[in-house]
Amino acid sequence: MLRDITIGQYYPVKSVIHRLDPRLKILASFVYIIALFIVKNIQSYIMVIGYISLMILLSKVPLKYILKGLRPILIIIVLTFGINIFMTQGEVVFQRGFITITREGIEMAVFMALRLIFLIIGTSLLTLTTSPIQLTDGIERILNPFKRLGVPAHELAMMMTIALRFIPTLLEETDKIMKAQMARGADFESGNLMKRAKSLIPLLVPLFIGAFRRADDLAMAMEARCYRGGENRTRMKQLKYHSRDYIAAIVILGFVVSIVVMRIL
Amino acid sequence: MSIIVENLIHVYNQGSPFEAKALSDISFTIEEGEFVGLIGHTGSGKSTLIQHFNGLLKPTKGKIYINNLDITNKSIKLSEVRKKVGLVFQYPEYQLFEENIYKEVAFGPTNLGIGELEIKNRVREALELVGLNLEEIADRSPFELSGGQRRRIAIAGVLAMKPEVLILDEPTAGLDPKGRDEILAQIKALHKKYKITVILVSHSMEDIARLVDKIIVMDNGKVALEGTPREIFKRAESLEKMGLGVPQMSNLIRKLREKGINIRDDILTVEEAKQEILKLVRSKKNA
Repeated sequence: MLRDITIGQYYPVKSVIHRLDPRLKILASFVYIIALFIVKNIQSYIMVIGYISLMILLSKVPLKYILKGLRPILIIIVLTFGINIFMTQGEVVFQRGFITITREGIEMAVFMALRLIFLIIGTSLLTLTTSPIQLTDGIERILNPFKRLGVPAHELAMMMTIALRFIPTLLEETDKIMKAQMARGADFESGNLMKRAKSLIPLLVPLFIGAFRRADDLAMAMEARCYRGGENRTRMKQLKYHSRDYIAAIVILGFVVSIVVMRIL
Repeated sequence: MSIIVENLIHVYNQGSPFEAKALSDISFTIEEGEFVGLIGHTGSGKSTLIQHFNGLLKPTKGKIYINNLDITNKSIKLSEVRKKVGLVFQYPEYQLFEENIYKEVAFGPTNLGIGELEIKNRVREALELVGLNLEEIADRSPFELSGGQRRRIAIAGVLAMKPEVLILDEPTAGLDPKGRDEILAQIKALHKKYKITVILVSHSMEDIARLVDKIIVMDNGKVALEGTPREIFKRAESLEKMGLGVPQMSNLIRKLREKGINIRDDILTVEEAKQEILKLVRSKKNA
């Protein structure tokens, strides 16, 4: 049921990609997103496919598992495809009634859909191969230089860590409460929209009460252990760039440069 | 209602790296009207097993028959099964949500689609069974009660559905001794009064020894032992190997026997132990 939502859930295997420095992986994901929006022609799309396939292969995360993560956003992809294919002006290839499909429309729709798919696959690869702790650690370090400008880097990272930490807990709790209410004859699956929304009350009320209770407990536990902000805190695991990180950086740079060159030519 | 479990297997997250086998090839029978205790170490599969009995979990393989009705069959209406098999989860007080206690207890029966008058009767009866009075608390919010009281409300919420099989997952966890004894006494009385089948999951060997007719011991997703409390608690060594204990009295008797004192080896409760020891002391005096 709820366990089926796999998008971005850390996939614990040992691979080169898993071992890469989280800072590098975050920056690489950014660069990758930007590169995706520069891409215009088929050759560069082939390049993107090549790059992402290589990354998936190296990450040892099964393709099936990644594609399963696409399922929740399938509707957005279909919608984008639909809007682009019917709304683009240009050379008409098909017309019936008010429906007109143009050559440019087909091109645009396919490219947009592919762009979205690659965007999601690429970014979910980041969270699939990086544990939440590493991820927030990386974010904190990347934001560090902006501390002087008043960006609360540590607090942001801590909030993210806590939020990520509680996703599985809350999912588990949702599952438990849902089952408990189903055992009392609650029906979450049938009925019209109004009835379904109403049937969520027995789920949401206990869930929120539980979340507040947990937040309270956590704050208390942190305070009992004298937690206070980012100043002067040290860490047990220091982030350090290794030679594999430099190699990865070169690969990524090569990828981006060729994408940009293809665009300009 | 009788429950027959045949070669039940359950695997969580099959085919993913999080795959975990929770139940492997379980078979047993629970007769109608039996009071069964289900014990096992944390993670032995108890909670997974009981969620199969009202169709909340589907077996990966195997069959479950409730009153000779195969509930693993796809065409079966699960709401019918849930009407007959009541399941009280661990810490049920965290599932409360209504604005007042009457509505809270009436949630289950309302979902069954029965009449207003019958619902009211059932709510009254269910609250009485857990030692509460409808008139006194009907309009109060469940959230202003103590933890123990809230748990009674939650149990009443399941009892109001009048299940023919009642499953309780550690109903006394985290309660004080008085609250624990009261709730267990109420469950026992309920079993006696309505002759329903009760399955009690518990970590307290004393409670199990005192209440149940039959014990099923789970270990590592399998049924390790099955029998009456007297049979099971004789096997202290095997139980301890599974990370379980025996009632304190069984332990005492075992220690006495190790010292060469000839006393019955199937004693479970304090009362029994007292009588046996007194008998022993008196016979020695006379000799």
